[in-house]
Amino acid sequence: MTIMNSETQTNSLTSSETKDKLVEVKNLKKYFPVKGGILKRTIGHVKAVEDVTLSIYQGETLGLVGESGSGKSTLGRLILKLLNPTEGRIIFNGKDITSYSQRKIRPYRKNMQMIYQDPYSSLNPRMSVGDLIEEPLILHDRLTKKERQNRVIELLGTVGLGEDTRFKYPHEFSGGQRQRIGIARALSPRPALVIGDEPVSLLDVSVQSQVLHLMSELQIKLNLTYLFISHDLSVVKHMCDRIAVMYLGRIAEMAPKHSLYKEPLHPYTKALIASVPGVDRKREKVKLERNMPSPSNPPSGCPFHTRCPESHNRCTIERPELKNMGNDHYVACHLYTEYDVQR
Amino acid sequence: MRGVYMKNEPLLEVNGLKTYITLENKKQAKAVDGVDFVIHKGETTALVGESGSGKSMTSMSIMRLIPEPSGKIVEGSIKLEGKELLKLSEKQMEKVRGNEIGMIFQDPHSSLNPVFTIGMQIAEPLRKHKKMKKKEAYKKAVELLVMAGLPNADQIVKMYPHQLSGGMVQRVVIAIAMSCDPKLIIADEPTTALDVTIQSQILGLMTELKDQTNSAVLMITHDIGVVSEAADKVMVMYGGQIVEKASVKELFRNPKHPYTIGLLASVPRIEVEQERLESIQGTVPPSHAFPKGCRFAPRCKHAIEACTKTVPELIESSNDHEVRCILYRGEETRPCDNHEQRNTN
Ligand SMILES: Nc1ncnc2c1ncn2[C@@H]1O[C@H](COP(=O)(O)OP(=O)(O)OP(=O)(O)O)[C@@H](O)[C@H]1O
Ligand SMILES: Nc1ncnc2c1ncn2[C@@H]1O[C@H](COP(=O)(O)OP(=O)(O)OP(=O)(O)O)[C@@H](O)[C@H]1O
Ligand code: SF4
Ligand code: SF4
Ligand SMILES: [Mg+2]
Ligand SMILES: [Mg+2]
Repeated sequence: MTIMNSETQTNSLTSSETKDKLVEVKNLKKYFPVKGGILKRTIGHVKAVEDVTLSIYQGETLGLVGESGSGKSTLGRLILKLLNPTEGRIIFNGKDITSYSQRKIRPYRKNMQMIYQDPYSSLNPRMSVGDLIEEPLILHDRLTKKERQNRVIELLGTVGLGEDTRFKYPHEFSGGQRQRIGIARALSPRPALVIGDEPVSLLDVSVQSQVLHLMSELQIKLNLTYLFISHDLSVVKHMCDRIAVMYLGRIAEMAPKHSLYKEPLHPYTKALIASVPGVDRKREKVKLERNMPSPSNPPSGCPFHTRCPESHNRCTIERPELKNMGNDHYVACHLYTEYDVQR
Repeated sequence: MRGVYMKNEPLLEVNGLKTYITLENKKQAKAVDGVDFVIHKGETTALVGESGSGKSMTSMSIMRLIPEPSGKIVEGSIKLEGKELLKLSEKQMEKVRGNEIGMIFQDPHSSLNPVFTIGMQIAEPLRKHKKMKKKEAYKKAVELLVMAGLPNADQIVKMYPHQLSGGMVQRVVIAIAMSCDPKLIIADEPTTALDVTIQSQILGLMTELKDQTNSAVLMITHDIGVVSEAADKVMVMYGGQIVEKASVKELFRNPKHPYTIGLLASVPRIEVEQERLESIQGTVPPSHAFPKGCRFAPRCKHAIEACTKTVPELIESSNDHEVRCILYRGEETRPCDNHEQRNTN
């Protein structure tokens, strides 16, 4: 099988190797203990992130998709050092920040911001909207009060909220309005990296497209890099340059947007794409049989074999490694053999 | 089943509902401003509309959970099987919540207590409303979680909310809302955190349960795909009012209100290449400063002077299709025949 097509053929095999890496994640793992019994002893682990290696290049948008519980938010929080990894390394702008203390990481915080999945609990209810958006600026930027105020007003305008929302408190806003406050807050210090965890999931389509436009515009203007976590494959398609598909804590496939949508390789990616309904929702029911297995007791061999329509003997025994298929297209599946790099 | 609901009796009747919020600066936000609708047994009605248009406030009004004292239902009537909910005492209302009406809140954490296990939080209402024994209730809790598509339900009942991912919390809340076989389920953005496969599993589950018990669903969503997959009827809200109402089929085939037309045009589509997504220019006016006439007028391509004078009435134009826009005002007067808008069907 080949993934070459007229469009991607022109790209050189190592095109992205030449771009600057803003984030490098190497063999990252996060295990959460599961407590049980009367003594609340650790009886197992939820393997939320299991051996993830990937890079995010300067100025790009990397999409991260996968079923609920596959480890997307956990990976995002690990990169921002909001959680400590069980194993592995995180390199930000060339510096290994894996073992940095919370204190040592502080100067980096301005440059890494998160738009949280839950816009309800992530905004401090006792701070006014103006203060919430201004806060990251006070901590990090040498701006005058007036300059900060102007930045706040400007940001509120761009996310479609009026100037006088500054004086209100989060509880006075609807779900979608809070999500936009979260976006304004994350973008205010003009960070290098923004991790958006389902940043537009609560927005209706017309506001959604306005916010996506805004994010793209700011990206170009300020050379921002995004990690865009979403379960909505059509939104991801519009926003991202490359896409990584996660399954049970691992990367199943990673590729530039066009090759992923045109020629998905991994059976899981194929199922995901096929299950996106059309506008009239007459989706083909390419069923993903059964539910995702538990991340505390993942299947042997290929983690997807319990649901894979193409599963064969080898799949239950041996776990496929993530292989480079050329043109920046990576896949972890026994159906494919590594692209011959020498050619 | 679709198609038969017209014969069914009304379950929920909302009439002239107005819910206002007094802001700190003493201005009044008209979050819900004159909403009428009927939900019949056996049907799923979707409520869609722009962020901040008053969808959650409408559902919170039905549950009588408007934050007091700043918020207040100032006018209207809400009847569940003929029983006026606005006249019930707080104690009587408590029996309605969770038992007769199951609510899936937009903020899923608001219906979970962080210090109790998931199992306890599902089992407790079952023990209270359904008088189940502890063991039986826990067994049912596990069953419900499995139905909601959660892997390892027997482990999850022992976990706490903060240990679950966004989509897992959402499914737990769905399980709780459906646990006591309510007559009406109000689901406020129930599937936003879920990927399409689980989404359709959940929507299927809700439909199945609804058909089995002849209950009804009010589904608040911004996802047009969810509407077309799961709903029978749809209501479009803008600026605290319903601006269009029709069956789902009719609305998709023949959207009338300029806002609805814009909304349908901005749906991102996976199957087409789009450089730029469509969007409706401008933003919803804040609910304390609505324009005098049609609330959509400042953003409407078709606005004429008359639009800025009075709020148009919600009138039935055809096939049980109601719209609040002067372009569709009385056939006999034909005031805007020259508007291309009218001839889109
Ligand atoms: N603090 C924690 N303690 C125990 N388990 C946890 C914790 N945080 C996350 N997990 C588990 O890790 C797994 C992955 O969770 P994560 O939040 O990363 O998923 P996700 O891909 O973001 O899913 P969603 O799309 O539903 O948000 C889940 O099984 C979850 O239960
Ligand atoms: N506690 C409050 N105090 C003041 N204003 C409020 C409060 N809650 C909501 N509002 C306002 O009422 C209006 C309607 O809010 P509502 O939560 O019903 O919107 P929604 O249609 O559910 O939007 P979304 O899709 O973003 O959730 C909004 O303009 C909001 O700002
Ligand atoms: S390795 Fe086997 S089970 Fe896994 S995705 Fe490929 S074919 Fe399916
Ligand atoms: S009443 Fe006028 S402004 Fe309002 S939607 Fe109709 S044409 Fe547009
Ligand atoms: Mg998540
Ligand atoms: Mg809402």
